[in-house]
Amino acid sequence: MSDIKIKDNAEQMINSTSDLHHADPHQGAEHHGAPKGYKRWLFSTNHKDIGSLYLWFSLTMFFIGGAMAMIIRAELFQPGLQLVEPNFFNQMTTSHGLIMVFGAVMPAFVGLANWMLPLMIGAPDMALPRMNNWSFWILPFAFSLLLLSLFTEGGGPNFGWTFYPPLSTKYSPDSTAMFVFSVHLMGISSIMGAINVIVTILNMRAPGMTMMKMPMFVWTWLITAFLLIAVMPVLAGAVTMILTDKYFGTSFFDAAGGGDPVLFQHIFWFFGHPEVYIMILPSFGIISAIIPTFARKQLFGYHSMVYATASIAILSFTVWAHHMFTVGLPLAAELFFMYCTMLISVPTGVKIFNWVSTLWRGSITFEVPMLFSLAFIVLFTIGGFSGLMLAITPADFQYHDTYFVVAHFHYVLVTGAVFSIMAAAYYWLPKWTGYMFNERLGKWHFWCSLISVNILFFPMHFLGLAGMPRRIPDYALQFADINKIVSIGGFMFGLSQLLFVAVVIMAVRGGQKAPAKPWEGAEGLEWTVPSPAPYHTFDTPPEVK
Amino acid sequence: MPDNNEYAKAPKNYYVPASSAWPLVGAIALFIIAIGAATTVQMIGKEGSNTGIPILFVGIAILLFMLFSWFRNVISESMKGLYNEQLDRSFRMGMLWFIFSEVMFFVALFGVLFYLRNLSIPWLGGEGNNAMTHAVIWADFIPTWPLTITPDGRETQAMPWYGLPLVNTIILITSSVTLHFAHHNLIAKHRAKLVTWLAITVALGITFLFFQVEEYLHAYQELSLRFDSGVYGNTFYMLTGFHGMHVTLGVIMLTVMLLRVINGHFTPGKHFAFEAAAWYWHFVDVVWIILFLFVYIV
Repeated sequence: MSDIKIKDNAEQMINSTSDLHHADPHQGAEHHGAPKGYKRWLFSTNHKDIGSLYLWFSLTMFFIGGAMAMIIRAELFQPGLQLVEPNFFNQMTTSHGLIMVFGAVMPAFVGLANWMLPLMIGAPDMALPRMNNWSFWILPFAFSLLLLSLFTEGGGPNFGWTFYPPLSTKYSPDSTAMFVFSVHLMGISSIMGAINVIVTILNMRAPGMTMMKMPMFVWTWLITAFLLIAVMPVLAGAVTMILTDKYFGTSFFDAAGGGDPVLFQHIFWFFGHPEVYIMILPSFGIISAIIPTFARKQLFGYHSMVYATASIAILSFTVWAHHMFTVGLPLAAELFFMYCTMLISVPTGVKIFNWVSTLWRGSITFEVPMLFSLAFIVLFTIGGFSGLMLAITPADFQYHDTYFVVAHFHYVLVTGAVFSIMAAAYYWLPKWTGYMFNERLGKWHFWCSLISVNILFFPMHFLGLAGMPRRIPDYALQFADINKIVSIGGFMFGLSQLLFVAVVIMAVRGGQKAPAKPWEGAEGLEWTVPSPAPYHTFDTPPEVK
Repeated sequence: MPDNNEYAKAPKNYYVPASSAWPLVGAIALFIIAIGAATTVQMIGKEGSNTGIPILFVGIAILLFMLFSWFRNVISESMKGLYNEQLDRSFRMGMLWFIFSEVMFFVALFGVLFYLRNLSIPWLGGEGNNAMTHAVIWADFIPTWPLTITPDGRETQAMPWYGLPLVNTIILITSSVTLHFAHHNLIAKHRAKLVTWLAITVALGITFLFFQVEEYLHAYQELSLRFDSGVYGNTFYMLTGFHGMHVTLGVIMLTVMLLRVINGHFTPGKHFAFEAAAWYWHFVDVVWIILFLFVYIV
C-alpha cells in the first residue's frame, strides 16, 4: 500500500516538472511578483523578504547591543567611576548580553536560514509561511519591551543575562516582569521559527535531495532547530519561576521555603548550554559551505561532519554544570561534567580537521567571505582551547567569573558566530542583491575587524588570569594598562563595523552585476537561480541527481 | 495516514499563501499581552486599581480574534481543496514538534520537582557534606516530602491522592477513550455517533476543569496550601496549574472540532485538525498520569 503511494507521489512530481508554467487557477497570488508598498514587509509570506527582515533586524540589534558594549568599554577605559553609575553599568552588561544573544546572533541565523534553506533544498518557500512572518514580527516587539524596561523607574534588568536568583528575585528592579515577558516572547518566536525550519527541511526537499545530499548548512540548521525546540521551553519555565518567586511569593529558588538557588542554575544552563551550540552550529554550516568554494575542493569528510554535528548536539545536553563548578556540586558531578565537556572537543576537533583538510592542496583564493572563514577557523579554535582550559574543574576554580571567561566566550561568539555571519553575508550578498559588493571596502572591513577584535579580546585572557572579575564597573589599579588597550580595541572594532554597513548598503543600491554563480568554485542549488534570486523560486521542484 | 484518494485532485504545487495581516496582528496582540501581564504583575500588592488587567484582556481579545480569523482562513482554504498531501504532512510535523516543545516544558517542571525532592531538601536536612548547613542555618528542619513545614517554619497540609484527584484522573483517562471512539466513528462515517462521543469528551474535559477549581479552593481554604507555603505548594500549583491551562487549551480545540463536525467538516481521509486536537488531548492526558503519580501518590 505505502509502496504504491510512493510511486504515485513520484509520478506527481515528474508530472509537475513538465507543467512548469501551467499556473494553478487557485494559486493566483503565488505567481505575481513582490507586493508593493508597506504590505510587502508587514504582511509577508515570502521567505526571502522575511529573511531580509530578520537580517536587517539583527543588524540593528547588533548596533544597539554594540553601543552598550561601547559604554561598558568607555567606563572601563580607566579605573574609578567616570561615566555611569554602577547600577546602570549592570543594566548595560545585562542588556548587551541579552540583545547580542537573542537579538543579533540568533535572528541573523534565522534570517540566513529563511533566505537560504529553501534555495538550497529546492523548495518554493518555507513550509509554514504565515507562521514564519509571525515569528519574525514578535521579535521587534519583544526587544522594544526589553529596551523600554531600561527607561522605567528603578531601571531595567541589572542581574546579568543569566539572571541568577536572588539577584533577579530579591534584589532585582521592579521592571523584572517586563524582562520575563520579553523573554517569553523571544521564546515563542524561536520555537515557531525552529518548527518552521525543521518541517521545511524534513518535508520540502526537492526529489532526489536525500538527507545525505543536503548541504552542511541545512544539516546544521536541522540540528539547531531540534535544539531550539528542546530547550527554549526550559528557558520559559526558568523565567516563569523567577516571576513567581519575585511577585507571587513562591520559593523555588529560596532555601527558606525548601528551594535552592542552585536549582535555577541547573535549569538555566540546561537551556544555556545547548543555546551556546544553537549559536555556533549554523556557523559550522556556513564555514563548511565557504571553505570548499574558495579552496575549489569538495568538503573533506562530509559524513563525519554530519555525525560530528549530531554528536555535539547530543553531548550539549550533558555538560551544563561546567558553568557551575564553583557552586558546591558533589564531586561526582564535577568529574562527570568535566569529562563530558572535554569529550565535546572530539567532534569539534573532527570539524576543524576536516576544514583544514579541505584547504590542503586546494587552489585557494582570498575573497572576503574566505578571509572571514579562515579567521573563523583560527580564532574559533583559540576560543575552543580556552574552553578546554575552563572545562578542567580545578583550573576553573581560578578562572571562574573572571575576564578569562569573558575572553573565552567572546572568541567563540564574536570571532566565531559573528565572523561566520559576516562571511555568510559577503558570500550570499550577490545572490540577495544581484550586485557584487565592493571587494576593496570588504577587505578593509575584514582586516580592521581582525586586528581590532584581537586587541579587544586577547588581552582579556591576561586580565582574567591575573584575577580581574567580570561584571564590575571599577577595578584595581594593576589592571589599568591592559583595560586601556582592550577599550581601544573595542572602539576600533565598533567603528570597523560601520564599514560593513557601508558595503551592504552599496551592494543593495547597485554595482557590478552579479552572475548566477559569482564564485567559480561554488556548488549547490542556490547558484542555479539567477542573481538576484527571483521573488519566487522553485515553484516546481528541481530534480537533484 | 490520510487516504491518498482524498488528494487525487489536489494541486501539485505547494500552497504558498498570499500575504496576510494576521501574523502581524498576532505579534501586536502578544506585545499588548506582555505589557498588560507585566504591568499587572508589577502592581500586585500596590495601592490603586490594577491598570494592567484591562490591557491584558484587550491583548487576549485581539489574540483570540486573530486566531479565529487566521484559522477561518486556513479552514476555508482547506475546504476549497487548495492543500495537497505534502502540506498535510507539514501541518502534521508542525503539530508534533509543537507537542515536543510542550513535553520539554513539562520536563523542566518535573525536573524541578525531582531535584527538590531528591537533592535540595535532603541537603537542607544535612545529607552529604551539608551537615553544617543544617546545623548552622535551620537546625530544627526535618526533610520530608510532602514538605509540610518549610525550613523557616511555614506550615501547610498535603493534598491526598484519593478524593477529587482520583476522580479527575478517572475522568481524564475516560475522556481519552471517548475521544478515541469519536475518531473511530469519524473514520467509519458514523456522524451522529461521532458528534455524541466528541461532545462527551468535551463535557468530561470541562468537568475535569471544574473539579480542578474545586480542588484549588479546598487546598487554599481548608489545607492552607498556598502559593507562598513553600516548595511543596509551589510545585503542586505549578504542575497542576500549567497542566490545567493545557487542558483548557485542549477543551477549546476540541470544542472547535465539535462545531466543525456538526457543520459537516472532515472526511475519513482528510481530518488533520481533528487528529491534531486528539494528539494534543492524549498528550495532556499522559502528562496528567505522570503528574498524578509523582505529585499526588508517591
